[in-house]
Amino acid sequence: MALQTHSQETEKETAAIIDVHEHQEGPLLPILHDVQERFGYVPGNALLQIADRLNLSRAEVHGAMSFYHDFRKEPAGRHVLKVCRAEACQSMGGEKLADDIQRGLGIRWHETTPDGKVTLEPVYCLGLCSCAPAAMMDGNLYGRLDDDAVLKLVEEVK
Amino acid sequence: MGAVLYVPCDAAALAVGADRVAETLAEELHSRNVDAQIVRNGSRGMHWLEPLVEVETEQGRIAYGPVKPSDVAGLLDAGLLDGGDHTLCHGLTGEMPYLKRQTRLTFSRCGITDPLSLEHYEKHHGFLGLKRALEMTPAQIVQDVTDSGLRGRGGAGFPTGIKWNTVLKTPGEQKYIVCNADEGDSGTFSDRMILEGDPFVLIEGMTIAGIATGATKGYIYTRSEYPHAVAIMRDAIKIARDAGILGSSVMGSAHAFDMEVRVGAGAYICGEETSLLNSLEGKRGVVRAKPPLPAIEGLFGCPTVVNNVMSLASVPIIMDRGPRFYRDYGVGHSHGTIPIQLTGNIRNSGLFETAFGLTLNELIYDIGGGTLSGRPVKAVQVGGPLGAYFPPSLFDTIFDYEAFTARKGMIGHAGIVVFDDTTDMLRQARFAMEFCAIESCGKCTPCRIGSVRGVEVLDRIAKGDQPEQQVELLTDLCDTMKMGSLCALGGFVPYPVMSSVTHFPQDFHVKPLTDAAE
Ligand SMILES: Cc1cc2nc3c(=O)[nH]c(=O)nc-3n(C[C@H](O)[C@H](O)[C@H](O)COP(=O)(O)O)c2cc1C
Ligand code: SF4
Ligand code: FES
Ligand code: FES
Repeated sequence: MALQTHSQETEKETAAIIDVHEHQEGPLLPILHDVQERFGYVPGNALLQIADRLNLSRAEVHGAMSFYHDFRKEPAGRHVLKVCRAEACQSMGGEKLADDIQRGLGIRWHETTPDGKVTLEPVYCLGLCSCAPAAMMDGNLYGRLDDDAVLKLVEEVK
Repeated sequence: MGAVLYVPCDAAALAVGADRVAETLAEELHSRNVDAQIVRNGSRGMHWLEPLVEVETEQGRIAYGPVKPSDVAGLLDAGLLDGGDHTLCHGLTGEMPYLKRQTRLTFSRCGITDPLSLEHYEKHHGFLGLKRALEMTPAQIVQDVTDSGLRGRGGAGFPTGIKWNTVLKTPGEQKYIVCNADEGDSGTFSDRMILEGDPFVLIEGMTIAGIATGATKGYIYTRSEYPHAVAIMRDAIKIARDAGILGSSVMGSAHAFDMEVRVGAGAYICGEETSLLNSLEGKRGVVRAKPPLPAIEGLFGCPTVVNNVMSLASVPIIMDRGPRFYRDYGVGHSHGTIPIQLTGNIRNSGLFETAFGLTLNELIYDIGGGTLSGRPVKAVQVGGPLGAYFPPSLFDTIFDYEAFTARKGMIGHAGIVVFDDTTDMLRQARFAMEFCAIESCGKCTPCRIGSVRGVEVLDRIAKGDQPEQQVELLTDLCDTMKMGSLCALGGFVPYPVMSSVTHFPQDFHVKPLTDAAE
């Protein structure tokens, strides 16, 4: 059964990730990062598994996870576009840029395009305030943006 | 040996195409059969000129920028490898006014060296501070840092030597050095530039802190928004460990010190030191009440130094050149140099390290060249999202901790964001409240709920709904937040809000506030 194999696979890979970090001090965040890096989100079963192995309650792991903006409970689109909403980018027309991007993609913050291609997230400063406005897609950085440039970026990816 | 070219690998350069420039350059050199080496250096901090390509010549390095991939062939035709003239050429890098006016102590190597070359690092005075520290007692090191007048660059400006002394004096089986590299303030990137452009200086500074306080383990806590910094820092730590600089015997001494990088997960509040410690421990990043001070009960309850990247990265030069050398720069109680970040709507955007004491006027106009849009400056925000907005009438304020405090502002992490006259200050005030609502750790009501109420009040003012009464309400709310918040998120967000109301009443549809109403 495909579903079961899949969850067994997830379990095995999660276990391997926990193995790597288990003996570090404060291993929870490194584990959550690696799990999300691997699966694109933190699957509910992985969360239970982490709680079990670290001797924490499910509520503790869930509580920690939900505190941080980065961790997702649901899969994101194939690409994650993070557009900076903070002050230095605002001073260079970042708000208009963000509005135009939302209109161009037809989605709002935290939403994914219907074709599953892009998830749009706000970010509060990328440290590129000297090249504002700025954005990051899948770990790649972009500065001195205008909306044409951003929408072209999105067009270029699959 | 062939020519040596430099193309930065700093994130600001990458964001404007430095990788593509380096690739095009490599291809062109290859197809022209030229023997030349491309070094990926950190950034010189002249970000408006990034990607800034440099070439080594007998006279020194010559700079070209901003270079696009399409410029590369033309540059080579113009004799780039010999420093040939071109419209993008700025002459000798070191003679460029923006660099020449700076006093680069903390950033002395940044942009000059290959960040991951130990050989470059040592050739440019690397590890001299650590070597001197290894010949001293912990108390002597702490004394030197205290005498240097160095104050924490993370925002609060607390004397670094005094903090180290508390950790030194507190007994503990295990002690920690935690480097706060969570740099969340808009308008700042100096920490990132060091992580990416001169990682060994941070390793050296943290190791000295370890020796001075008896800590054997260090953590660098940085942001998930800084993936390049994380990668470079991790590589640098491995290189330093392999070279015997980190490990059970630091440079062959009896001291042990090692460190690792930890990555946050998109929470601004985790820059607050106690929230950061909770996050490192794998918990929710909720702020802890102080006391106990982290210096006494910090990470996992152990004595812990928490210092900003800039504070720690300034220690090696203090140890190398001596506390007096550092202390003699600056004004009043602000000693040494401060890496100021010129950002937002400003022509010459980038990093400018200088002794304390320049005025905002000098920084924004003489050095920064005014707005990029060419329009008049309306306001600047100094010190991140919790810093006050200053109108041009306050631009005679000098860069000095106390001078900013006296005008109800703060230096914070030394970022300046410039706004032109198209800015609506009510929207800026609203954003400050909204940001606080999004990023509040939730522990105190004034911060968690007050910020949401603040947004609502500002929305009513925007609609023209009894603005005078609403501003009064806003003022009360800000007072409550100032008084009733545990940390500076809820406690300082009134500064950007009330400074906007005070200095730009027209944007709030009200008459100027009197001082008493503030
Ligand atoms: C909301 C908030 C955010 C903060 N963010 C940072 C930060 O990103 N980096 C930093 O070094 N300090 C930050 N601080 C200050 C730290 O709590 C702490 O004072 C600092 O890390 C101490 O190091 P220093 O003495 O070297 O400045 C923040 C404080 C608050 C209240
Ligand atoms: S002021 Fe805000 S961020 Fe700070 S401790 Fe209170 S609720 Fe948390
Ligand atoms: S404010 Fe947008 S990158 Fe810093
Ligand atoms: S600590 Fe919560 S209101 Fe003071």
